[in-house]
Amino acid sequence: MKKIILACLASFAVVATAAPISFDFKDPKGVNAVQFHLDSLLEPISGSANGVSGMVSFDPAAPASTAGTILITANSLMVSNATMTEHLHGSKWLDVGSHPEITFELTSLSDAKTTNNTTSAVAQGKFTLKGVTQEIAVPVRITYLADALEKRTKPGNKGDLLVIRGEFTVQRAEFGIQSGQNEDKVSPEITLKVAIVGSAPKA
Amino acid sequence: MSTPSQHPRPSRARLALRLIAAFCLVFSIVYWVNKGAHTGWSMDRVPIEQLDEITGIEYITYDDRFVPGIEWLGGGIGIATLFFATSLFFRSKPTHSNS
Repeated sequence: MKKIILACLASFAVVATAAPISFDFKDPKGVNAVQFHLDSLLEPISGSANGVSGMVSFDPAAPASTAGTILITANSLMVSNATMTEHLHGSKWLDVGSHPEITFELTSLSDAKTTNNTTSAVAQGKFTLKGVTQEIAVPVRITYLADALEKRTKPGNKGDLLVIRGEFTVQRAEFGIQSGQNEDKVSPEITLKVAIVGSAPKA
Repeated sequence: MSTPSQHPRPSRARLALRLIAAFCLVFSIVYWVNKGAHTGWSMDRVPIEQLDEITGIEYITYDDRFVPGIEWLGGGIGIATLFFATSLFFRSKPTHSNS
């Protein structure tokens, strides 16, 4: 009888360990950002958006089942020139007043290959920018750092970290951003580089 | 009886405008070079790359300071040229001698 109970407890422990972990991507250290880059006439327009939040569910035993949503506050996008930042937020470009959020909803991971604690895969999902939603595929690298939260925050703060990295390109015309305009001055392609970390404190 | 001399005296306005033009030119070039001779657009905040040691994430923070760009230099040179061009409208005054 004892053996049966122990076996049940052991199997329960395995199931509990293998359960997906929810990671919160609102980073208290302010590291999370999406960098964007557009080629332009005099110099490339580069900037970042640090208003990142969202939840991602990750199972270390089954990385391919990763799911979740990442949100970016459109108003947090900035470049190094204040006037250009104002133009970027304006109605002709991102219209942040009417479309305050940029989102990526991860629907599935394909071609997932895991080496040590890092999974390389293609993230399929719905990307929404300026109110337009498109299905996109983003090559990503997901690194699971077990028990690393304490090192990054404060002693006694037990938990795991999940780092997501990816880079993809979108056509601004597909999202209604100055469609077909100024293409000789500003590239029609926007390159987005994502490097974000989520944390999952352990109770 | 007075007669015009061989060397006309430059008008004060012409001299003043040319001095302003020279100041604008020198100031804009020296300021631009001193602030890093940035060949892109002017910056109100300067991006600085940082590294999060635990995650290895490279991220950007901004340092709030002004770095003049190429349009700032162009503006300075333009204003200097404008002052110099305006000075050409002021003719030199002929000096009169009483001999």
